Amino acid sequence: MKSIKITALLGFLLLFSGALEAQITDKPEYGKIAIIGATVHTVSNGSIEQGIVTIHNGNIEYVGTDRSKVGSDYKVIEATGKHVYPGFMDSGTSLGLVEINAVPVTVDNREVGNINPNMLAFTAWNPHSAAIPVTRVSGVTHVLTAPQGGLVSGQAAIMDLWGYSPDSMAVDATAGMVLNWPSVRSGGWNRRTPEQMEKQYKETIGALNKLLDNARFYDQMMSEFESNPNGKVKPEKNQHLEAMREMVNGQTPIIISVSSEKDILNAIEWSNHEDHSDLNIVFAGVEEGWRVAEEIAEAGIPCLVSTLYTPTRAYDHVHRPYENPGALMKAGVKVAIMTGEVENVRNLPFNAGYAAAYGMGTEEAVKAVTINPAQIFGVDHLLGSLEAGKQANLFISTGDPFEPLSQIEQVFIAGFQIPMDSRHTQLFEEFLDRDATQN
Amino acid sequence: MKKITYIFIIIGVFSVSAFAQDKGSVFIENATLVTVTDDIIENGDILITNGVITQIGTDLSAPAGVTVIDGTGKFVMPGIIDAHSHLNTVSTNEARNPVTAEVTMEESIDPNEVSIYRALAGGVTSIHLMHGSANVIGGQGETLKLRYGSTQDGMRFDGAKRTIKFALGENPTRVHGQGNGILPRTRMGVEQIIRSHFDEALDYRVKREAYLSAKQKYESDRRGRTAPPVPVAKNLRYDVLNDIIDGEILVHCHSYRADEILMLMRVFNDYGIKNYTFQHANEAFKVAPEIAKNGAYTSVFADWWAYKFEVYYSTAFNATILNENGVTNSINSDSNELIRHLNHEAAKTVRYGQTSEADALKMITINPAMQLGIADKVGSLEVGKQGDIAIWSGHPLSIYSKVEQTYIDGTKYFDLANDPVDMRIDISSDDNYEESFTTGFIKGREADACMSDVFQLIQE
Repeated sequence: MKSIKITALLGFLLLFSGALEAQITDKPEYGKIAIIGATVHTVSNGSIEQGIVTIHNGNIEYVGTDRSKVGSDYKVIEATGKHVYPGFMDSGTSLGLVEINAVPVTVDNREVGNINPNMLAFTAWNPHSAAIPVTRVSGVTHVLTAPQGGLVSGQAAIMDLWGYSPDSMAVDATAGMVLNWPSVRSGGWNRRTPEQMEKQYKETIGALNKLLDNARFYDQMMSEFESNPNGKVKPEKNQHLEAMREMVNGQTPIIISVSSEKDILNAIEWSNHEDHSDLNIVFAGVEEGWRVAEEIAEAGIPCLVSTLYTPTRAYDHVHRPYENPGALMKAGVKVAIMTGEVENVRNLPFNAGYAAAYGMGTEEAVKAVTINPAQIFGVDHLLGSLEAGKQANLFISTGDPFEPLSQIEQVFIAGFQIPMDSRHTQLFEEFLDRDATQN
Repeated sequence: MKKITYIFIIIGVFSVSAFAQDKGSVFIENATLVTVTDDIIENGDILITNGVITQIGTDLSAPAGVTVIDGTGKFVMPGIIDAHSHLNTVSTNEARNPVTAEVTMEESIDPNEVSIYRALAGGVTSIHLMHGSANVIGGQGETLKLRYGSTQDGMRFDGAKRTIKFALGENPTRVHGQGNGILPRTRMGVEQIIRSHFDEALDYRVKREAYLSAKQKYESDRRGRTAPPVPVAKNLRYDVLNDIIDGEILVHCHSYRADEILMLMRVFNDYGIKNYTFQHANEAFKVAPEIAKNGAYTSVFADWWAYKFEVYYSTAFNATILNENGVTNSINSDSNELIRHLNHEAAKTVRYGQTSEADALKMITINPAMQLGIADKVGSLEVGKQGDIAIWSGHPLSIYSKVEQTYIDGTKYFDLANDPVDMRIDISSDDNYEESFTTGFIKGREADACMSDVFQLIQE
């Protein structure tokens, strides 16, 4: 009797564990994979009809049409009639840092204080955020995830959307320093007088310049000590200034969050100053970029922009946000498209789709979510196009990935063939045909 | 400066309201007609006469004097209907009581809000202008036609059913329980607020009717043998609640979690209330069979989730699951941004759940029309229905398609070929400045639009 009970219990447990297992994201496949027959959109080198892409050791091994490159030990994915694209990159998110924005204990993108250059998005990155699988099955394979708030928010990271630790997912753990440009806007609740704004602006810029000068001096001092420590007293370490060393020597971009016309012009003037010629400056947000596109182009500053927001001014045309990336591109600005989202980074292809439809064109809009952001952040040797030797971040779609009527069929990240499920697909499978008698 | 502003307002209002109530005539030939309720008609013609669709077919000819539009390569579909909007409210929330059924959007309509024009540019012709979600039983809504620049009366959708907003879950419990320390602080309290007010309203009706009949008796008693009855004062709030119970007002209930959706259906079954719509309803998919069984409707976001806790366990497949389970579902915006591309929001149901294109289009036309009680008037291309249509440059579910023209009652309200940059009617000196969008390039959402103006009132 007892043994029957135990057997029944074991059977039940087995059943239950089976049911549980079905809830967990499946394991990815890894190894030698060949995608055959698709239109291959290389981005860097045109499109290849009936192309072949092989993946080995996490990287793209071959892109072309030579069937002999596919060894007998390759897992072949037949994709005739389908399309292969490099994985998309969203260059403006707080993915992995915020789980539920309205629940403060789950919000890790905004540290206390005004100057936080030593705060790393990489550290707060939660590899198990429910939003990560939801995002990656849309063809977005890597993102810039950024801290927010204050004058200097901290450092953004470029993260792959597959992995079990920040370490294994980081493409660049210190991809950019986020600076919120001091705004001279008024309107809404902001009722500062022009004089007050001017004064505050000058004070803030003065403090910023001083911070940068200190960082430059600190970097010089540290570099001198490091190159020849003999007989020198080791300078005291300063967390803020230490974190800014790579920024002031131009290795790490400084991402300036700036939106309105006046602020953009101020930021350009500041950027053009000879004191700041050592900086690698990128603008983010730039909602009114189209008003001053020529000036931005002349300053040679790349822009990270989105399209799905309402016009910034009541008298602006309804399509302005859609047209902003195209207007910037035509003026000669290097443009990357972003969402500015957390849980809905999956809408990146649609942000790009609106840019494509309103002046940018599909080909350039694809670049704006692949090679352009890779170049802006100096990771184009790894990502951004389908080329042999690059990391295998790519996806197969049934058609134009900007079209909601297309399906994203298979995603690869760092060579892993990613299970195409997420909380959203799991809930779909569980509830589509829910047994209505089990209530 | 002020004077100039007023002059502009006056000129604006009068110049546009002159045609606000016009019923126009137009003939579109050789277009793809997306009828919604019937098959797609290739190379089709459609005639709108004095605001009403009078002919649909192929090889029709235009009556003399009617404007003819070449629809070659273009798609004609019914105007999009947004079942959840706060597009042009003057105020959205009367947040100071858990029940404010007497409040209404009737005089909270701004006909000159430029967002109306932006919605027309997205092919939207009607919206359900809703009260916010601060209260368990909130204010009454107004169904509008987007006659931009007309008057409050000019914007009303004649013959639409009366509606009212209910709200469950986090919003009313935050505002009243957490914010002001009164009922409801929990979902338990939310249920009891509804039940107690319905009970009070029913008791009031008995007493009020008894009083009115006693009063009549007293007044008609010429011999003075009847004592004057103790008056029972008219109570507007309870009158509205009784109208809900009598089925004269359609309830649109802001809700997210599956359990609170079940709760409201239990309560409504107890009071015999039918024909209601769950708004947002992110977890409706978990109880789709129950919703279908009760004949309730849903109106959901295409993909919003995780911005607050009650939407964390939700899915972009919600609309598809509801649709597959036989629930009449619509896709709404609740946002002045999303309302510009509701076609795209509907298309997401094809991307995620592989819902059919025909059903996706129903979710922004005939389905919201059913939920607002206007399906006999708009929501499809059918002879006899009102001439609220949009002409698209391509398939309305494609991201590359643009709205070229939008008509309400056969009168053109948007034309891409004649689309000035500045479409304001009501020009304010504040417009010289950028709107107060939040700084930082990561926007991050933490609430639905239903809570606008609320947190200025309560301390959090």
